[in-house]
Amino acid sequence: MLDLPLLTILTFAPLVGVLAILIIRHDDPEVVASNARNVALFVSSGVFLLSLLLWFTFDRTTADFQWVEKYAWMDDFGISYHMGVDGISVLFVMLTTLLTPICVLASWTSINERVKEYMIAFLILETFMIGMFCALDLFVFYIFFEAVLIPMFIIIGVWGGARRVYAAFKLFLYTLLGSVLMLVAMLTMYYYADTTNVIELMGYDFPIDVQKWMWLAFFASFAVKVPMWPVHTWLPDAHVEAPTAGSVILAGVLLKFGGYGFLRFSLPMMPEASLFFTPLIYTLSIVAVIYTSLVALAQEDMKKLIAYSSIAHMGFVTIGTFTLTTQGIEGAIYQMLSHGVVSAALFLVVGVVYDRIHTREIAAYGGLVSRMPAYALTFMVFAMASVGLPGTGGFVGEVLVLVGAFKANTWVAAFAATGVILGAAYTLYLYRRIIFGELTKENLMKIKDMNRREIAIFAPLLFITIWMGIYPSSFLDFMHVSVEHLINQVETSLAQSGMLELAGR
Amino acid sequence: MIETILVFLPLVGSIIAGVMVFASIDADKHRKHTLDLASQVVTCGLLVISALLAVVIFFDVGLNGNARTTELFTWIASGSFELSWALKVDTLTSVMMIVVCTVSAMVHIYSVGYMHHDPSVPRFMCYLSLFTFMMLMLITADNLVQMFFGWEGVGLASYLLIGFWYKRPSANAAAIKAFVVNRVGDFGFALGIFATFVLFDTIHLDTIFDSVPGQKDAILNVFGVDFHAMTIICLLLFVGAMGKSAQLGLHTWLPDAMEGPTPVSALIHAATMVTAGVFMVARLSPMFEYSQTALDVVTVVGASTAIFAATIGCVQNDIKRVIAYSTCSQLGYMFFACGVSAYSAGIFHLMTHGFFKALLFLGAGSVIHAMSDEQDMRKMGGIWKMIPVTYALMWIGSLALAGVPPFAGFFSKDIVLEAAYAAHSGVGQYAFVMGLLAALLTAFYSWRLLFMTFHGTSRADEKTLAHVHESPKVMIIPLLVLALGAVAAGYVPYSLFVGDGMANFWGDAILMLPHHQALENAHHVPALVKYSPLIVGAIGIGTAWVLYIKRPDIPPMIAARFQGVYQFLLNKWYFDELYDKLFVRPAFAIGRGLWKGGDGALIDGCGPDGVSSAVRVMARRVSALQTGYLYHYAFAMLIGIAALVSWYMFTKGS
Repeated sequence: MLDLPLLTILTFAPLVGVLAILIIRHDDPEVVASNARNVALFVSSGVFLLSLLLWFTFDRTTADFQWVEKYAWMDDFGISYHMGVDGISVLFVMLTTLLTPICVLASWTSINERVKEYMIAFLILETFMIGMFCALDLFVFYIFFEAVLIPMFIIIGVWGGARRVYAAFKLFLYTLLGSVLMLVAMLTMYYYADTTNVIELMGYDFPIDVQKWMWLAFFASFAVKVPMWPVHTWLPDAHVEAPTAGSVILAGVLLKFGGYGFLRFSLPMMPEASLFFTPLIYTLSIVAVIYTSLVALAQEDMKKLIAYSSIAHMGFVTIGTFTLTTQGIEGAIYQMLSHGVVSAALFLVVGVVYDRIHTREIAAYGGLVSRMPAYALTFMVFAMASVGLPGTGGFVGEVLVLVGAFKANTWVAAFAATGVILGAAYTLYLYRRIIFGELTKENLMKIKDMNRREIAIFAPLLFITIWMGIYPSSFLDFMHVSVEHLINQVETSLAQSGMLELAGR
Repeated sequence: MIETILVFLPLVGSIIAGVMVFASIDADKHRKHTLDLASQVVTCGLLVISALLAVVIFFDVGLNGNARTTELFTWIASGSFELSWALKVDTLTSVMMIVVCTVSAMVHIYSVGYMHHDPSVPRFMCYLSLFTFMMLMLITADNLVQMFFGWEGVGLASYLLIGFWYKRPSANAAAIKAFVVNRVGDFGFALGIFATFVLFDTIHLDTIFDSVPGQKDAILNVFGVDFHAMTIICLLLFVGAMGKSAQLGLHTWLPDAMEGPTPVSALIHAATMVTAGVFMVARLSPMFEYSQTALDVVTVVGASTAIFAATIGCVQNDIKRVIAYSTCSQLGYMFFACGVSAYSAGIFHLMTHGFFKALLFLGAGSVIHAMSDEQDMRKMGGIWKMIPVTYALMWIGSLALAGVPPFAGFFSKDIVLEAAYAAHSGVGQYAFVMGLLAALLTAFYSWRLLFMTFHGTSRADEKTLAHVHESPKVMIIPLLVLALGAVAAGYVPYSLFVGDGMANFWGDAILMLPHHQALENAHHVPALVKYSPLIVGAIGIGTAWVLYIKRPDIPPMIAARFQGVYQFLLNKWYFDELYDKLFVRPAFAIGRGLWKGGDGALIDGCGPDGVSSAVRVMARRVSALQTGYLYHYAFAMLIGIAALVSWYMFTKGS
């Protein structure tokens, strides 16, 4: 392996872009704006290319953390700057580096005010997101996990729609409330284990009654991020008000924080508590799947509909995670990755027509296929991926989660699978109202099909969606060993406390 | 190798035609015409090659017994949930390949003429070829998940083709309905796959089949109840088959699917896709054989659908809908054949039906084409002299459908009914009686269709009549090929499929346990049983002749007399209305209720909005205290000091 602090470079390279944008000075605001765009695109693309090193050098045969860096930071408290990726986190880093340049491109023409600040916010956001997935120290993790909120809050609050302030505050309050509790749990962890090293904490055996409280505190934070029912209502508002790129990052990466948190903290560090609370997770997830799918059916706003469908899809993730089966957990990770690509793409799809007509109301559209065939095809592919059609990325995650769920509890699998029927209904209904039918609306008569920039945005996402559906091994191979390791870890610990029987294994 | 080429040629054609869709967007008239033609030539050419290869494979695999599986590459691997993209070819597959490729090739060619005036020819050809590819993936699957891939893939193609004329609201509604109702079936299919995996720890077909005998008494806990494992698995899988094959309860999408262009109805909604359910049951015969309950359910559902759909077919007025209900009914026959373990009879009927039903649909398309897109039989009549070839071909199709010798349907329908009788079981008898009644109705509605469409005095307007013309050669030739099938596909392969050569021909592709003797006994039934289908067929035809030629005044009288029954049938047993009330409307209403009431009022009301408004109220009250007058503050301070002092006194002082 190359002797590079790769993760540190990936994490902080966007900040170099921020510096570069900051020193842009010119009298003409147009020049400043276009320079800011170029720098942001250049830097984020560079980060993506660099992250390909992870793809090619990652050792898929070990569960150990790779590209590990560790420097003492606050020695008195045992806190160190500690980074590393394993099979669970590595692809999330790549998802982030992939989506950021796409976000910059997607904002190319739709953001005209405060472009400089906008690009800075996105680059800072990228730093925090990558840092979050790489952090192996509790303290470092917490900083990144929380810090993400700031640029996101600003992106929605400044460049958002009419009710942006309401949405931004809602996002902030919900997330903050969960985070405060998580902080308390982290302090408890530190108090018991006397370390902030995530790897050591995974091996630490917390007393069961303490675990339960800690689990609930972490749950408060992760459930908001996922989001799980009933703490999901911030998401539709945030999506509706956020600019397109904000929605892309929100759906593509931010929602994965919760699922990732469950996998990184709840399961390995609090296995007994996880087992204890599994019925709670199942119940909330099933309610989420069915409830939000039905709500999605009734939506009149495109973004809101996709936001609700996101909640339903994330319900599969939480179910899969807590089945404690290979298929369930790998499916959950896969579902997060494919949802990261597909829902991001769907928000971009909405963005395309929003940029032209400036409304998200479904009723304002209809018959677009007549003027926008390329758009109709793109939308169709992602709609089908969202529905979970075999051959697209959406299918693999869903089917693996359901296999795992069926092993663990047939009722859970059956209820979750009803979401697949409802998903088909609301997605096709949405598609029909926007794309099909007669083109009669006056302001749509001259609408233009996607331009080259837009095609460039969608091409990689289309490619990845199909790739993930036809040859998922490329992605699953990353996870196998790490997931197996995780399950072994949890089962060993459950066996020690004599709870393995309860888990039904 | 051959099968790989055969399967992927249609995909190649589809992609090429798809590219042409985009190439012709801003093309001028001439260029567009060239592209249309190119897309037709490419897709038809590739499909014809596939059809020829299917014949090669049939000889190689079906007749010479070279069954084999080609693994392409890994698809999903997660723990023991491992599967590959693979092409499994055995006798069953090779028979299906013949049906799928031949009918598909004919429909492709026919479409060249039928879709001549349509502005989106390449798109149509693209979808047709895509469908064919998906169907081939379905029938060559060597594991359940790939079958599911093909299963949903044909569903997608069907969705796209039903909604092909996307400007029609009815077509869009039908397309969504088809997809969603099929998803309901797929829900069962998927759960069946999971249950199979839990029991066998694999979803690879051959491995499952090998271990079924060892698990035949296994118990599987599903939904908290201990079920006989094979029964629950087969029943769940069968729910999928019911959806795709439009069986009673999940049939509502099929008649609506007639919104699609007629070649689509012929290919997808008659000859191939809807038979996927039958194929599935036959393919999984090594599993179904070990659950008598599941087989009985298959028999009852099949027999009930056969009669149910036939009753509706008798009163419909749309020419395509009559044939659609007929398809539904014939699929019922195939299922109850499988249900009495006469799988090869079911597949035999599947094949003959594929030919004569495609012929009927394409013939109907030819009629519709001639009548300037009129589909209502009440506005036809008396046109047989103007389109004699179509007329003759429709007769052949109807004779085959009604089971008149020596046409194909005679052989396959007879063996199906005889097998049902010879099963000597309660459900077998039920199937036999229902099948016989349905055969009567089949003959009746087929000739009702013929008479209403071609005979009597014309009820069409002058303008339409003036335009009535025979279809071009490119449409007639495929019809002739299919007619050849409708004539010969019964007699020629009879002994291979269900006769003496049966065991040798099917090999390992189909399993029949020794105690399931229906098909064997079918050859030794009483003469009355043997001839009864023919007799009821003759009665049906005779009745139709009396009612629609001799005394055309009677049908309206019957309709008026038995208004209730008539309306019940005309409205298709009110299934659509029922489902609308039971599922569709409530889903939307609940969705809206949860959104406004649940998310809006309850969660947000008690959560963030509630808290924020509470905070606001508090803040207002607090701010009301801030009056700005010095003496107010002084007073407040005084009270505070007084309170503090008293507290101090009381606690410390005592």
